[in-house]
Amino acid sequence: MSTMTAPSRATSKAASGRQPGTIVTHTVILTARHLRAFARMPVYLIMNLVQPIIWLLLFGQLFSSVINIPGFGGSGSYLEFLTPGIVMMMALFAAAWAGTTYIDDMNLGVMDRFLTSPTSRVGLVISTLLFQAVLTVVQTLIVLGVAWLAGARFDGGVTGILALLLGAVLLTFVFSAFSNAIALLTRQQTALIGVSQLISLPLMFLSSAIMNTKLSPEWVGNVAAFNPFEWAVVAGRQAMQHTPDWAAVWGHLGLLAALAIVMTWVATLAFSSYQRSV
Amino acid sequence: MAPRINPGNSQALVADNLIKTYPAGRGKPPIRALDGLSFTAEAGTIFALLGPNGAGKSTTAKILSTLSRADSGTALVAGIDVARHPDRVRRAIGFIAQKPVSDPTATGRENLILAGRLQGMPAGGARARASELLDRFSLTDAGDRLVKTYSGGMARKLDVAIGLMHRPQVLFLDEPTTGLDPEARSEMWAELEAMTRIEQMTVLLTTHYLDEADRLASRLAIVDHGRVVAHGTPNELKDGLRGDAVIVELAPNARTELALSALANLGGLRELSADDRTVRARADAGGAALPRVLAALEDAALPVASATVARPSLDDVYLQHTGRAFAAGQPTISEENAA
Repeated sequence: MSTMTAPSRATSKAASGRQPGTIVTHTVILTARHLRAFARMPVYLIMNLVQPIIWLLLFGQLFSSVINIPGFGGSGSYLEFLTPGIVMMMALFAAAWAGTTYIDDMNLGVMDRFLTSPTSRVGLVISTLLFQAVLTVVQTLIVLGVAWLAGARFDGGVTGILALLLGAVLLTFVFSAFSNAIALLTRQQTALIGVSQLISLPLMFLSSAIMNTKLSPEWVGNVAAFNPFEWAVVAGRQAMQHTPDWAAVWGHLGLLAALAIVMTWVATLAFSSYQRSV
Repeated sequence: MAPRINPGNSQALVADNLIKTYPAGRGKPPIRALDGLSFTAEAGTIFALLGPNGAGKSTTAKILSTLSRADSGTALVAGIDVARHPDRVRRAIGFIAQKPVSDPTATGRENLILAGRLQGMPAGGARARASELLDRFSLTDAGDRLVKTYSGGMARKLDVAIGLMHRPQVLFLDEPTTGLDPEARSEMWAELEAMTRIEQMTVLLTTHYLDEADRLASRLAIVDHGRVVAHGTPNELKDGLRGDAVIVELAPNARTELALSALANLGGLRELSADDRTVRARADAGGAALPRVLAALEDAALPVASATVARPSLDDVYLQHTGRAFAAGQPTISEENAA
């Protein structure tokens, strides 16, 4: 049948899912898909914010005097110490759930449809990272506003806030990609929740997010040095100070960026594992 | 480099000796989903894989559509080897999974445009094609509503439209009407018949509905335990059976083995078999055989609930090749043949 070879078929001009231009296009249209779904359910933003803001205000009050313990160091209030930690906790917990989108798509036939089309695997991963990053930025700005209203004042200015946002976004990339990989490997919501809780809470407590590690047992500080969550907390907190140690800020941001690239690569590879299981 | 069907070779789909196993867990032998499955389908036709759940139909569709990989064997789609050039195959096919392939949190139109854009269509072209398909499937009014508000039949039509967006050469339809009510099913059949005429493409249809394969497919293969046990046009398969089916349903509690022995010595009956309380046989002239069958059963004091004589159907083909009656959530065979 001659029509079978008609050049009008879109297949003849579709680009491969591995070409750079295709990856960018697919990333853009898939990110738009996530943002559209989010715009229809903006209440998620409030749900994501309730817990961090309660922690910020509750811990900020409850432990306000720890700042006076000898050796805590630094100037300013405990609320000012705590705020970058809360921002990173919020980014970590939200990112750890990012794989839920894949689970939903896998429970339907949506993921299988993407994987049998030229859809870029890298685009599938990066679109969820960008979507989560948008949420992180919006939520961070709201948390900073609440902290400011509660009396916290940050000396780092706009540059400090931008560096804090960058740290939060990189942390979001690392753990969103991790969460995507877990979703593709386990294919189950319950497993994803289990793994993300198993990871998130120890990472949070083995860091200086709510307590200066100088006051913790020495091993906590040693372990924290290898904790990506701690890298983000240190970078964010330094950047918000009057005279930041920029070498420390950029060093930690660089480590996070490198880990984000590795995690994105791992998540992309996890598609093969998923396809072996179907 | 455009994948196209070679005019000298009109086979749009070739599966050759496909084998696929899945691990069954620690200490258990792997499950053999495909056990040397082979078939070919001509370009521009609807080819059906017919069989019960677990026969290997969906596994075959997943391998041919590049979602899954065979352990061994070869598969060609539109002349392209699926294992060696999955990227090229993906541009030539549309895949409608057994589960819904549309995003329930987006509108029908958004789903269509996204699918077209991911296949490399420009934004304007994708928008125009989406409107055309919404119109064709009578979804224009629902096009800007979220898919989660659609009925089952509407959502399935949207799924098919999503698969058609980029005018694929081969469309995979994995159980397109499972779970639809009878009205939505017959509407879907009409849509699929019209679609094949308009789009002029090859369709691989998997189904466990005999009537669906009979109505839509120009050729079909019966799949059982990961192998093709029979193939041909629906009529060829029916003609391969000799004679009419004689089906007798015994009253509840009647002993089928007594019925079998009562009928065993009756002349003119072949392929005598029984399952549950239904006794089946084949006879050259079913109308003449039936009174003798009923008389023999009465002599044996076996009460009869119903008796049917039927021209061969795909049910009989299925039974002959698998040794089992077809019962995948279907009406019983006597009901269907009596209708």
